[in-house]
Amino acid sequence: MSNEIETFQDPGEAVHAPRAADVDPRAEKRAEQQVAALFGLSALGSLLLIYSYIWIPTDIFIFIPVMGDQNAHQLFLGLGMAMSLFFLGMAAILWAKKLMSDTEVVNHRHEFRSSNEDREEFVKTVKDGVAGVQLGRRKLIKASLAASMGLFALPPVLLLRDLGPLPGKELEKTSWKAGTRLVTDPGNRPILASDLEVGSVVQTLPAVAEGTERLLSDIAKDPVLLIRLRPEEFNLTPEKLAMTHDGIIAFSKICSHMGCAVALYEQQTKHLLCPCHQSTFDVTRGAKVIFGPAARPLPQLDITVDTEGYLVARAPFDQAVGPSFWERNSQ
Amino acid sequence: MTTVEKRLGAAANFVDERLGAAGWMKKSLNKVFPDHWTFMFGEICMYSFVILLLSGTFLTLWFDPSQRDVIYEGVYEPLKGIKMSAAYASTLDISFEVRGGLLMRQIHHWAANIFMAAIVAHLLRVFFTGAFRKPREFNWILGIVLLTLGLVEGLLGYSLPDDLLSGTGLRITSAIVQAIPVVGTYISFFLFGGAFPGVGFLPRIFTIHILLLPGLFLAVITIHVMLVWYQKHTQFPGPGRTEKNVVGHPILPVYMAKAGGFFFIVFGVTAFLSAVASINPIWLYGPYTPGQISAGSQPDWYMGWLDGLVRMAPPLETHAFGHTVSWNILIPALIVPGIVFTGMAFYPFIESWITGDKREHHLLDRPRNVPNRTALGVMSITFVLISLINGGNDIFATQFDLSINQIMWFSRISIFILPPIAFVVTKRLCLSLQRADRDLVLHGMETGRLVRMPSGEFAEVHEPISPQKRFILTSHEQAPALELPATDARGVRRPGALKNKLRIRLSKAHAVAVPKVSAQDLKEIEHH
Repeated sequence: MSNEIETFQDPGEAVHAPRAADVDPRAEKRAEQQVAALFGLSALGSLLLIYSYIWIPTDIFIFIPVMGDQNAHQLFLGLGMAMSLFFLGMAAILWAKKLMSDTEVVNHRHEFRSSNEDREEFVKTVKDGVAGVQLGRRKLIKASLAASMGLFALPPVLLLRDLGPLPGKELEKTSWKAGTRLVTDPGNRPILASDLEVGSVVQTLPAVAEGTERLLSDIAKDPVLLIRLRPEEFNLTPEKLAMTHDGIIAFSKICSHMGCAVALYEQQTKHLLCPCHQSTFDVTRGAKVIFGPAARPLPQLDITVDTEGYLVARAPFDQAVGPSFWERNSQ
Repeated sequence: MTTVEKRLGAAANFVDERLGAAGWMKKSLNKVFPDHWTFMFGEICMYSFVILLLSGTFLTLWFDPSQRDVIYEGVYEPLKGIKMSAAYASTLDISFEVRGGLLMRQIHHWAANIFMAAIVAHLLRVFFTGAFRKPREFNWILGIVLLTLGLVEGLLGYSLPDDLLSGTGLRITSAIVQAIPVVGTYISFFLFGGAFPGVGFLPRIFTIHILLLPGLFLAVITIHVMLVWYQKHTQFPGPGRTEKNVVGHPILPVYMAKAGGFFFIVFGVTAFLSAVASINPIWLYGPYTPGQISAGSQPDWYMGWLDGLVRMAPPLETHAFGHTVSWNILIPALIVPGIVFTGMAFYPFIESWITGDKREHHLLDRPRNVPNRTALGVMSITFVLISLINGGNDIFATQFDLSINQIMWFSRISIFILPPIAFVVTKRLCLSLQRADRDLVLHGMETGRLVRMPSGEFAEVHEPISPQKRFILTSHEQAPALELPATDARGVRRPGALKNKLRIRLSKAHAVAVPKVSAQDLKEIEHH
């Protein structure tokens, strides 16, 4: 065992050396003055705070190197507060370190384990108490108690039921229907297919009747990105190609990973990038995932033009948009 | 007796006759607290919590936690006339129209960042010095609870202003909830009061953020601190310090003055940072709408490692029987953190199982003297740091002109390779440091003084170290590895052979050490 080797004896603490303020009255006086000066600085800080709050207007900006333009009211209010607090703390600590006693004190520890008598008595008390309940003998009470406790656990859960509606098919639906016009976001203007230049990107939403407000929960599912490429740049299956219109392809803007807006489009590479987790989708291959954690391509919206030449959805999305969920049928 | 003494005496008498407080107060005021700069991390946690309570209360006086639509008519020109939630509008008002409001918002946010940083520093100190060992396992677990609560409280807090960045964070949160198999969609709908972003989420998390969680915090922190008080603080080994005593300054007056002063210093530094370094300028992000996003969306630093794990996850989903399971979300956002936090909570018991040590410990370990634990700690830090770096991969890519794909691949590979390397390197470093301690005790300190021997040879003079220092370097215990024979005394095979084998292996690895200097060793060398 390790304790068989001869260890060094505990030499005890080194002799306590007195501090300057303990032996030199001049040093003591100086320390006292330093503490007082720090308290003074703290008071000055409080005054600066009060002054800034009342007399410095909130719309003045001053230039400070490195930090740039700063709101003077805000800055001096904060600095005043910082000063008043910081120097108060410094004063207390300096006082403790330089003037209060610095001799260390020794306390003793005791093992936490209770004495054997205490433990035995405790066990006896518990046993007596439990025996007094007579649960072992009262079978009927035991069974009914278990049943009532079990049932009792349900109401708290049940009472939370009205926190929200049941999901139903909510996550699988968007506002897109056959014939819904794509309108710009912002602006709500319908888009002429002929107006879209090759290489351009437009964020769109489904058209709503004049005067209706969009719900945020719709905006969380409806956004669609329109991108126009030269038709020969596509590398799509015939079905997916049929969903495009004259080089214009439409994808859900809601990331198939965690639902962020896939807002970054690299025109050179024709990649869409989600700024949240960098899932990257190749537009030419139907938003196939080429990098990052997303596991599914962005759903593609089937589009065409109406009689006036405006872009419309030919059909709703053929799958749920946005992040996955248990009930989603991703086959 | 002076008048002051008389009055104080009367007051003390009044209290004591009713509470009998003199007995335990006397003992408490003489209570000793050992000193070490690393013991201040826990204090910073507590003080920044108080700052959070104070500044948070101030903010609730003006904040309106409502998702009701309003048209902004305040003083901030760029957003005038824009539709936004009342929560966001009131945050703008606090920032621009309430005098000191922005300062308080900044203090609240800075204090939250400092709170979490101090918790992590405190946790590392407790881990590396072995302060979690018996009898302090309860407090270790409470600490893990506080860390977890802190993560949640922080996330809810920066989600409240309902700006574009915080809304994006909530979108991700809802996706994580939705990914839970079977019940995820339901939980998400109940939490948000419908499909994301729902109608009820902000008022709900407001109540949780300002009432439920702070209440839990207060309760757990109180128990945490009371246990420290009751079990007495650990201390570093040194002359005059044993497992049976505690050496330091009494609470009245020195410790009280220092700790009280330190509270004001922490508050002062927080206020200074808030005055000069603006964080979370929500007015630049704009109100939240799910169709938009700002590039470089980053959570607060303590959530960054989780986001980094999510970013590096492989694109894995299972589709079967009309159901979808998103491993790309479940693994990095729920399973891995679950393992990390559970592992942390159980670590004290795991270590004592490995070492077979069931005794009380009040003297701290020097990290180098427990190479295995120290290496495990550095390994975990490496894991979290790589995740954290990957959580900021877009920022690194733009700042240093790197390819985001390369950073991601670097993280994906190094998350498996670097932590084990960190383990091996740290363990070796610890052993080297032990060897250096051994040399120092045996041969003394290098003085830098060269002398010329009569033979013409030059040699450096070494001076013996002080007995105090020698004691610090040699007083630790070097326990041998566990021995669990496969058969018992009668030659019967013991049950759980595989478990025992693992335990012996781990115990062996744990016991690796450079033998410390014994008194004989030194005597022998002195005879030369």
